[in-house]
Amino acid sequence: MTSGLVDRHIGFLEALRAAGMSVSLAEDLDAIGALSVLPWSERETVRAAYAATLVKKQTQRPTFDALFDVYFPRMVGDGVRRDADDQPEPAAARDNAAALAAFREQLADALAEGDQQAMLELAAEMIARFGAMPGRGPGLSSWSAYTAMQRVAPNELVDRIVAALLADGRADDDARREAGRRMGGFTAMVEADARRRIAEEKGPEHVASVAVKPSIDRLDFTAARRSDLEQMRREIYPLARRLATRLTQEHHAKRRGPLDFRRTVRASVSTGGVPLETHHRPKRPHRTELVVLCDVSGSVANFAQFTLLLVYALRDQFEKVRAFTFIDHVHEVTHHFKPGADPGDVLTDLAAATAHAALWGRTNYGRALVKFEESYADALGPRSSLLILGDARSNYSDLHLDVLERLAGSARHAWWLNPEHRRHWDTGDSAASKYAAVVPMVECRNLTQLGEFVHDTLA
Amino acid sequence: MPQPSSWFSSPDDAATRLSASGYLADTATATTAYLAGALEKPLLVEGPAGVGKTELAKAVARVTDAELIRLQCYEGLDEARALYEWNYKKQLLFIQAATVSREATATTGLPQSVQDWESGIFTEEFLLTRPLLTAIRRDQPTVLLVDEVDKTDVEVEGLLLEVLSDFQVTIPELGTVSAVRRPFVVLTSNASRELSEAVKRRCLYLHLDYPDAEREREIVTSQVPDLEERVAGRLVETIGRLRDLELKKAPSIAESVDWARTLVALEIGELDEKAIADTLGVVLKHSSDQEKAVKELRLRS
Repeated sequence: MTSGLVDRHIGFLEALRAAGMSVSLAEDLDAIGALSVLPWSERETVRAAYAATLVKKQTQRPTFDALFDVYFPRMVGDGVRRDADDQPEPAAARDNAAALAAFREQLADALAEGDQQAMLELAAEMIARFGAMPGRGPGLSSWSAYTAMQRVAPNELVDRIVAALLADGRADDDARREAGRRMGGFTAMVEADARRRIAEEKGPEHVASVAVKPSIDRLDFTAARRSDLEQMRREIYPLARRLATRLTQEHHAKRRGPLDFRRTVRASVSTGGVPLETHHRPKRPHRTELVVLCDVSGSVANFAQFTLLLVYALRDQFEKVRAFTFIDHVHEVTHHFKPGADPGDVLTDLAAATAHAALWGRTNYGRALVKFEESYADALGPRSSLLILGDARSNYSDLHLDVLERLAGSARHAWWLNPEHRRHWDTGDSAASKYAAVVPMVECRNLTQLGEFVHDTLA
Repeated sequence: MPQPSSWFSSPDDAATRLSASGYLADTATATTAYLAGALEKPLLVEGPAGVGKTELAKAVARVTDAELIRLQCYEGLDEARALYEWNYKKQLLFIQAATVSREATATTGLPQSVQDWESGIFTEEFLLTRPLLTAIRRDQPTVLLVDEVDKTDVEVEGLLLEVLSDFQVTIPELGTVSAVRRPFVVLTSNASRELSEAVKRRCLYLHLDYPDAEREREIVTSQVPDLEERVAGRLVETIGRLRDLELKKAPSIAESVDWARTLVALEIGELDEKAIADTLGVVLKHSSDQEKAVKELRLRS
């Protein structure tokens, strides 16, 4: 390899590490080894080689793909196709109303056909023509996916795609879904092309540090967009299944109880009376009763829902689970979690039940705690664990620390999960450290942290 | 520059040969399979159940005329089942025989035939080889399939490390057995548990996912040639829509093939809403999933 290639390779690895992937030196060498036995003529082969040797977790794959596109771009500038043109068009003619209309025609055809290659080419052309922002000061990027999307407005073409798909004999809602998917794919292509051009201008490091999103299991609950939430919800059940498997295995590993003399002797008969293997009585598994008390006010509602779903998906690991939601009033939601219920329906029910948790609609932890003690004190006993979910932002009201102390005292364990970053605790109306003095408070910002907490502490 | 691999000569070669044997591999799968052979590194295949992880290992064994040795992992799998075991019963019998013959020697004054049985019982004769050791000792081409590696306990992963990185096994009483000829190792995992970094670092990684509609139709028609092209298209489309729903268990490729076989067996020539509703049990195996599918696909409405 020439030095330029090695530099690019090292830079790519550094970017992957910076994005939170653990790429070891051994894997680095494997990647080099893989590239040296492969032809480099196909970009997808190189991508597959890098992916096979460096990416060992599927959740990291989107990050990897984004960075790969930045470091090993599909083409440089406008590509060979345009360079081959004998007569470059004058700049003015490339961007005017007529050109825009013609381009939209082309785009609508490509989208209706679902032609991936044409869509890729159009995405590149779209940025080149309508996404350029020449003459901006140094430090500002001169390509913008946003500008291009605003000008071309491909979303207005959705109806045409749907019509084309319907003509193909697709069902109505199916056609809409397919059109939405193609539009999403095209938008992603346009964004990727803008990233590629910016990387070309400013070096890939610049793009790698700003434009790549964290993977879904490390994305903050509070920073998640709607599409992210959807994806997170799909992650809950696989996560619960992984946790449950891990827990069962660990329980089994720890289950060795006292020696079962009878079975050991019986087994020794087959080896001539020599007890080669000992057998043990199983240990009785200990299961916790869990009481979850969660803040469902707007700012932390997503976090509460995910945690509730996860806890319920894992309910086999617990003796019993009771769930309460509050804003300034407490409402029991245990009955919404029927075994085998669909997570989507449960979330809808929960959202509808939020109204019961509010009297005035302003979060008031103190009042919620008092109400909980009044109405549901019997939920807590010496075998139960109390789990409170919330950001501890109580609108400067009375915190009722004494009530929390009594509640925590009557339960076997108590924890508080806070979805905010530790550095935001105690800012504004957050009473995090006051509550943390009574109940141990744990930062829980994303699915990874949530999974770790449930595994290490709760079950 | 390493020698050209004895398994596949190039990614394209891997793709053509695999597809000729009935396994339709995409670029990433073919490239990774080629690399696993060329770099002689184990291949860790992860993905949902029923996307053809185990089938990949079988296909590689088929096209390279190698023998497939399979180690099915399960909870509680230990060294004795995976690697090797001493044949205790035979050893005990041998010791007893030796003791008797020594006593006989003492009384009759005959020369001692079996003197030091302590060293005699730890020889090849008393060794029971299990899949991992068998795979390493073979001098013929071998594909070693370690199936559902995520089902094992963490300790077994430690056991795999020596085998996967150096292709050798250390037996304290016999010394180290190194591979005569490196096997093509495929590990499969459903990702029900995160494997340790150490294992992952030693492997090439391939994530298999549900294929796109085009590819799935090819797979279904190649597996069930009797199925009409039009029905196959409709079937794959329906499967795609089912996967878009949030189901507990999304239908796998294996289940689409089963569905196709069902339709052929029942001689259903048109996959209309009634036919889908009647045979839904072939692809969806949770009652809540079926209810949801009926609702979302507007069957029996």
